[in-house]
This record gives sequence, C-alpha cells and structure tokens, in this order.
Amino acid sequence: MADKSSSNAYWKANIRTIQLFLVIWFVVSFGFGILLRPMLAGIKIGGTDLGFWFAQQGAVLVFLVLIFTYAWRMNKLDREHGVEE
Amino acid sequence: MDQFTLNLLVVGATFVLYIGIAIWARAGSTAEFYAAGRGVHPVLNGMATGADWMSAASFISMAGIIAFSGYDASTYLMGWTGGYVLLAMLLAPYLRKFGKFTVPEFIGDRFYSQTARTVAVICLIIASITYVIGQMTGVGVAFSRFLEVDNTTGLFIGAAIVFLYAVLGGMKGITYTQVAQYVVLIIAYTIPAIFISLQLTGNPIPALGLFSNDVNTGMPILSTLNDTVEALGFKSYTGMHDTTLNMFLFTMTLMIGTAGLPHVIVRFFTVPTVADARSSAGWALVFISLLYLTAPAVGAMARLNLINTFYPNGVSQPAVELSQIQTAPQDLWVRNWEKTGLLKIEDKNGDGMIEYNANPDTNELDVNRDIITLANPEIANLPGWVIALVAAGGLAAALSTAAGLLMAISSAVSHDLIKSQINPGISEKGELLAARISMGVAIAVATYLGLNPPGFAAQTVALAFGLAASSIFPALMMGIFSKKINNSGAVAGMLVGLTTTLVYIFLHKGWFFVADTASFSDANPMILSIKSTSFGVIGAVLNFATAFIVSGMTKETPQDIQELVESIRIPKGAGAATDH
Repeated sequence: MADKSSSNAYWKANIRTIQLFLVIWFVVSFGFGILLRPMLAGIKIGGTDLGFWFAQQGAVLVFLVLIFTYAWRMNKLDREHGVEE
Repeated sequence: MDQFTLNLLVVGATFVLYIGIAIWARAGSTAEFYAAGRGVHPVLNGMATGADWMSAASFISMAGIIAFSGYDASTYLMGWTGGYVLLAMLLAPYLRKFGKFTVPEFIGDRFYSQTARTVAVICLIIASITYVIGQMTGVGVAFSRFLEVDNTTGLFIGAAIVFLYAVLGGMKGITYTQVAQYVVLIIAYTIPAIFISLQLTGNPIPALGLFSNDVNTGMPILSTLNDTVEALGFKSYTGMHDTTLNMFLFTMTLMIGTAGLPHVIVRFFTVPTVADARSSAGWALVFISLLYLTAPAVGAMARLNLINTFYPNGVSQPAVELSQIQTAPQDLWVRNWEKTGLLKIEDKNGDGMIEYNANPDTNELDVNRDIITLANPEIANLPGWVIALVAAGGLAAALSTAAGLLMAISSAVSHDLIKSQINPGISEKGELLAARISMGVAIAVATYLGLNPPGFAAQTVALAFGLAASSIFPALMMGIFSKKINNSGAVAGMLVGLTTTLVYIFLHKGWFFVADTASFSDANPMILSIKSTSFGVIGAVLNFATAFIVSGMTKETPQDIQELVESIRIPKGAGAATDH
C-alpha cells in the first residue's frame, strides 16, 4: 500500500487531469456542436458549416484522442506515484 | 437464387457461427457465467463492448432518424459516443479496482446497505427492460422483412430466438460470440455505405463522402439534400430545428446514461487490470466510432435515394407513377416493405402518382424510420448478398445487445436479490435456474410492450438511457468521488432521480407505455421544450442534490467505508475479483 500523502497527491493529479479533459470534452461537443455553432457558421465545409461537422464527426474523433491520452497519462502518473499494479 | 433464400442462407450461417461459439465457450461455473473469468484482452473486450453497445438502436434505427431529422439527430451521435469519455475517466478504472461482479454489488458495499443494493437492482431492471423493448422493436422490423411476414409475427419469432440465444450461454459464451457479432455487424453496416457513397460522390469513405460533391449535380451533397427536401416543403437538413435547450439536455442525458448502463459497465469488470479498464473504454469507442462516423452519411444518402425513388426525374418534375411502383424492378423494395406494414403508399387524390412531401393532406408515402438502414441497400439497388448481409448485421446488433441486457437483468435478480438477500443458501444450480427464469420473464414483458412501442427503436432506447442517467450514474459517481455521501443519501438520491424521470416519461408516453394514458406529448412537453427523452439529466441533478442534502443531515460515512473509497482510487493491489 502506498503511503497516504503519496496517494493523496496522486488523486489530486488525477482530478486535475479529469477536469482539463472534461473541459475539452464539453467544448468540442456541446460547445462547437451545439451552443457555439452559430458563431462558427462562417467556416464552411462541404455544403454546411464547421459546427455541423463537429456535431456529426469531429466530436467523436476528439473523444477517441481524449480517452487514449487519458489512459497514457494515467499510466505515467501511476508509475510516478508508485501506485501501479 | 431469390432474395428470400439468400437472406435465409446468410442469416442462418451467422446464427450457426454464434451458437457454435456459444456452445464451445459454454459457461461452467457461476463466476464464468457472470464475468467470463477476467481473461479478456482489452482489444477483444472493446469489440465485444462494441457489439453489446451497438444495438438495434444504433444499427437499425439511428441512421433512419438522422435521415429524417438531419442536424437535430446529432444528439444521438455525440450522446452515444461521449459517454465513453466519462466511463474511461469517472467510472471504469475504479469499478475494476473494486473488483466485484455487478453494479448493485458496488452500490450495496460502498453505501453499506442492502436497501441501496435493492434500489440499484430496481433501477437496473427498469432501465434494462425499457432498453430491451427498443431491441424487440428492431428485431421485429428485421425479422418481418427478411422472413416476409408482418411486423407482429416478426416480433414473436425474434423474441423466441433471443430467448434461446441468451439462455444458452453466460457472459463467457457471449464475450466471444459478441466479437463475432461485432465483425458481422460492422461489415454489414459499412459495405453498403461504401457502395452508396461511391455511387453518389465517388468517395469510398462515407464519412468523407458526406462532405463531398454530388456526382450528378456537382454541388456538395448536403447542399443538394437541403435544396431537395426544401423543395418538398420539409425543413432544411443541416439547420437546427429543435431548441438548443432540448438538444443540450438530450445529448447530456445520453452521455451520462451511457456511463450508467449496467450491461456496459460490467464489461469493465472483465479486463485483467485497472490500466486495461481505461484503455478498454478507448478500444470500445474505436470500434463503435467506425459505425458512428458512417451513420450520418448513411442517413443523408438514404434520404436522397428515397426521394429519388419517388421523384426519379427530380423534385421539380411530376412524382413517380403508381403503376411503376407496382411493377418496376427498381421499385421492388417498396413492394417488399409494404408487406411488413412499415411502409405505406396511398394514392389519395387518385392521380395515379405517389407524391412525397411535408403536407400531411397531400403526402402519399408513410415510411417508418426504423426501416431506413435495412432498406437502404435495396433502395440503392445493391446486389442481393449485400441486402442479406445487412439483415444479418441488424439481427447481430439486436441479439447481442438484448443478450447483454438480459445477462445484466438476470444477474441482478439471481445474484443481487435472491442469493444475497432472499435465500443465501441457494445452490449454484438454483442460482443459474433463477437467472434463466428472470431472463424469460424479462423477454415476455419486453415483447408484450414491444407490440406497441413508445417510439422508434432508438427513441425507446433513449428513454432507457434517461432512466440509467438519473439513477445509477450519480450513485456510482458519488460513491467514487465523494466520501461524504452515506447510505441514506444514496438511497434517497436514487429514488428521487428514478421516480422523477420515470413519472416525466410516463406523463409523456403514457403510464407503463400505454399511449392513451399520456397527459402531455413530446411535441408539447410539460416543462419548456424538454422532451421525455431529455429529462434524464435533470433527474440526475435532482439525484445529486438529494443525496448531498440527506447525507448532510444524517450520520457520517463509517471509517472503514472511507478507507474503501481511498483504496478504489488507486490501482495498486487490484487482485482478481472476489465473490461474496
């Protein structure tokens, strides 16, 4: 069992990572795909605009990058804090 | 060989494959029945999760909804993928570390309360049965078409096959079978999409074809589509016609519902390590996104092809002659689907033409949206084997998800209810029997309700997500991220979340989905523009708030539970899962 302060620091680092990633998750889907779509309407792409592309394609692609980046970052954090399996 | 024989052959061959794998990997012990002995590689687990996840809703129903709602249906695309980000970061690794077999087990242990466990079982059963109703709708559509029978008969045949199939194997059988099902369903989905994208845009990748130029008009295909639908009086395809509020809430509901659905979560109990649980969510999304990035193209292109069937010379010219629909070989698909009762044509004004437009008084074509994906290759006149393959794919999608859900229901009843509370002395054999009986009951209820479903397959499934979002997701999250939430808080929260969401759904869809008992409709919702499918996230907020307030007023979480929470937060020491 890792000591208490080390696992606390690990958990705080994890929470910070999650917060950052959730902001990106929110911006590409709810942001670009829905709320900010009118502002992006000027950027045209294949008969429609960038917001439409994010809503039907882009958000999913960013989600993929987010999950694998999170997995990679957490594996690194696990080792740094000595809490890996 | 005629289409009917070809369908039977291809669908039959895939069934032999699945059942063969299920028998080869048949579950021996109860541990194997529930969680497949934890030897499943993340990539394979990702594929199986993909098959589990992509149900009749994704495969059969979603592209049809996109075809008719255009941009507004983006909610399904973002909602049913974005939840995996939440799963990977907020739930999967910690639940894997906790190391038990079922979701109610975690809730019962973390909130040190049998009541919490029972309430979780109830939430799980209500969400899962609603989900199975959606699957039954899809199974009914698929079987009615490929056996050329009416929709109700198709539904009964489908229910019988789902029952046989789910009872045969446990999770282990299902894991490997589902890998096979994933392969069948993704091939079945993408091949016709590639064909059609090539026909319409010359681009073999549907996701890129969607933003390419139409080979006939030379304009972007989405511009052509907008012009075409607007000429018929429909709303533009790429514009937003739903309210921002409803789109926002609906997308969020689907996302957190994804992270709260028991049959998806249990997948992450079956990977070897905590690190694998994180990457498994990523692999699952890789395999899911192959379908989800293709679906928008399928929807848009199917809509264009559908309109071309009825306006072969363009929408500015007269509509197709009724006599042509009744005889021409390229319109065979219309006649085939008329037999299922899911597509209706009626020459209302007797002018010998079948008009398709947005005016209910003069429109002469009624298409159930759930047939679009299955009819798509027929509409585009693709070869017979592609049509047969799509039927097989649709059935693979519906069967795999129905089986996964029935597993979740049966393990909740036999393991979390009977073994842990009602009769702890029950033998392994008795437990398996109880599991199988509960599967049978769940299928019977879902089939009965599936005869008059509350919506298209994807809409019914969306209701299930709302229920999971409002009840299970908040309880799991608070269990991991807050030590303050205690037994009373969690129970009160789940009950408030589930009840408010269920009542809101019943007020709009009818009590127990009996349509004429509804007081409101989704066209005119009770609160602002919030449809019944979008309420789950509000139920979740009420759940969180109730849990915090009640926990603040009642006794603090005991020390040993606080230590349990600390231990699930770090990967170290995750052994094999233990049974009770």
